[in-house]
Amino acid sequence: MSTNWNRKDLIGLRELSPEEINFILETADAFKQVGTREIKKVPALRGKTMVNFFVEPSTRTRTSFELAAHRLSADVINISATTSSLTKGETLKDTARNLEALHADILVLRHSSAGAPQFLAQRLKSSVINAGDGAHEHPTQGLLDIYTIRERRGKIDKLHIVIVGDILFSRVARSNIFGLTKLGARVTLVGPSTLVPREFEKLGVTVSYKIDDVLPTADVVNLLRIQHERQRKEYFPGIGEYTTLFGLTKERAKLLKPDCLVMHPGPINRGVEIDSEVADGLQSVILDQVTNGLAVRMAVLYLCGGIAT
Amino acid sequence: MSATLIRSGRVIDPANKRDEVLDLAIVDGKIAEQSAIKSQKAETVDAKGLIVAPGLIDMHVHLREPGFSHKETIESGARAAAAGGFTTIVCMPNTSPAADNPATIAWVNDRAAVTACVNVLPTGAISKNIAGEELAPIGSLGRAGVVAITDDGHCVQNHELMRRAVEYARMVGLPVLDHCQDYNLVGNGVVNEGYWSTLLGLPGWPAAGEEAIVMRNILLAELCDHRIHCQHISAAGSVHLIREARARGVKISGEVCPHHIALTDEAIQNFDTNYKMNPPLRSKEDVDAILEGITDGTLSILCSDHAPHAEFEKEVEFDQAPFGIVGLETELGIFIDQLVHKHRKIDIVRLIEMYTVEPAKLLKLDAGTLLVGAPADVTLIDPDLEWTVKIDKFESASRNSPFDGWKLKGRAVRTIVGGKTVWRL
Repeated sequence: MSTNWNRKDLIGLRELSPEEINFILETADAFKQVGTREIKKVPALRGKTMVNFFVEPSTRTRTSFELAAHRLSADVINISATTSSLTKGETLKDTARNLEALHADILVLRHSSAGAPQFLAQRLKSSVINAGDGAHEHPTQGLLDIYTIRERRGKIDKLHIVIVGDILFSRVARSNIFGLTKLGARVTLVGPSTLVPREFEKLGVTVSYKIDDVLPTADVVNLLRIQHERQRKEYFPGIGEYTTLFGLTKERAKLLKPDCLVMHPGPINRGVEIDSEVADGLQSVILDQVTNGLAVRMAVLYLCGGIAT
Repeated sequence: MSATLIRSGRVIDPANKRDEVLDLAIVDGKIAEQSAIKSQKAETVDAKGLIVAPGLIDMHVHLREPGFSHKETIESGARAAAAGGFTTIVCMPNTSPAADNPATIAWVNDRAAVTACVNVLPTGAISKNIAGEELAPIGSLGRAGVVAITDDGHCVQNHELMRRAVEYARMVGLPVLDHCQDYNLVGNGVVNEGYWSTLLGLPGWPAAGEEAIVMRNILLAELCDHRIHCQHISAAGSVHLIREARARGVKISGEVCPHHIALTDEAIQNFDTNYKMNPPLRSKEDVDAILEGITDGTLSILCSDHAPHAEFEKEVEFDQAPFGIVGLETELGIFIDQLVHKHRKIDIVRLIEMYTVEPAKLLKLDAGTLLVGAPADVTLIDPDLEWTVKIDKFESASRNSPFDGWKLKGRAVRTIVGGKTVWRL
């Protein structure tokens, strides 16, 4: 495997080539092996410092990055919005430059503003890894979803991937769309018309408002978390109606092909976008996603951290 | 007695239907008969190959004083205007305190008299503190010297309040200018709603958010039989609405900023906040509709919406950055380059008319003419001069321009206010 990675940052899947995506996945394969050993730690990033800079709350992604960094023997610092000087009015740029002045090699950024990681990447010598920016991208989630599909189905090309839920506000959806279409998948988006505008078809995907028509041909159904309270309430009438129209209920799951994978980036709202029986059922790979997330993040930290000097 | 003779220029004076090569005489700050100059020792300005135009008017600028002098001052903004070829600028009331009271207007006028090298004409707010809730003292603002009222930067959402403002403004003889934005439709939108907002996950600002208020203004202009001027038109639908209403004789008009014809929302893809303005950059279809609106006269006025911000304010996350870009020192070049040279939509005569006669008529200004006896505000323009925009050479106190490095054809080379050269290339 020859090295063909020359990016210090991972901002999104939109700017990656199919070859680069595959290279990350292959690198993750190697790190997944490491996770099965008795000693799960490798010295790849020994002496490097990774800062987990989470301006927006997160448990799953932050923990996954932290563990990934530990497995690579990097030193880790966690900073959250409430403990950072952002609350004292410091700008994002100044905070980040201070971290860089402390010789932070890798900055993992979660931020509510689309474009924040790119903004920092252009201004810092450190690696910047996007851990989710607004509704823009969540590239490591997209990569771990693709990794999980590829692991189970052996390929991505020509598979029919259905993504259901709040697409408009979802960075997970965008990273999946960019990554999957680059690798040749056919992607269908399903959800309320207010959250899945037709404009998305210009990204090379199909938009449908009838989940029952789409499920029988799906090779993968990826359900996104639906939130009513946090969003503007005018987007859809309520959780009950959402479940009726778009929830992956036990009944609806019968429409799926036997080998169709059921995915969810978490955290799950049981009984809302997915019934408990389906989430815990044989077709579900939700916990594989979490395990694979660790391997994918190790790969990303290793590749980007190796470029930045 | 001082005298200047501007020799052998192409005098384009649309107000008086003149376009010919001749000498223009200035005596004691006024345009004069050539005979008045013969006996005197006059300063001569060689304008051979240049256009001699009435001093240009930019009726939409933010000078930021009082309150935000770290972004711009009346003095620096006026210098930027002079460097852009403008002899008169009309400043917006969203200062701190807001220009919603006669005392603030008096302060601006005093400050301009002492520090500004061009004519600065203030507007007053429509509503108290630009909050859209109660009428500002519009009559007193008129007496203090405002040339129009507007809540620019904001938009009165209550149609009833807007109706009363228009009726009241009619009584005191002030035109109403409006920043057209429906707050419910726009929400927290920061970029044009469309392909790029979808791709980038940035909150969308739909064209309908402008069009809805343009339609509202058309209805109120009709109801109140008074002029409403729609500021910085960005959307195709707004152009269609204004065109149809003007054909019916409604007192409605619209203005265009250079960025809305020179750029599309494709420019936002690197999250550069110098492409963030309100209303936002829109699609190619919108740009084409605006160009047509300029061509057929639907949109009659050119302006900059000069909106200076300090670098530290713009160097932040895209959705948190303030809206707006500076424009005074690039607008004439961009409009000549795009409208006259590149797209050939209008000729230089109409362009000058849109920068002089049209705003002067709308705001009832003693400006925009080279008639004998008029104030000697004159702009010399080289329509074919090729130059490169360099933001670090700006006279403005701010640098927030997306046009750094642009190569343009056409610019002002000398700006004369009241007979005095205040800037030359």
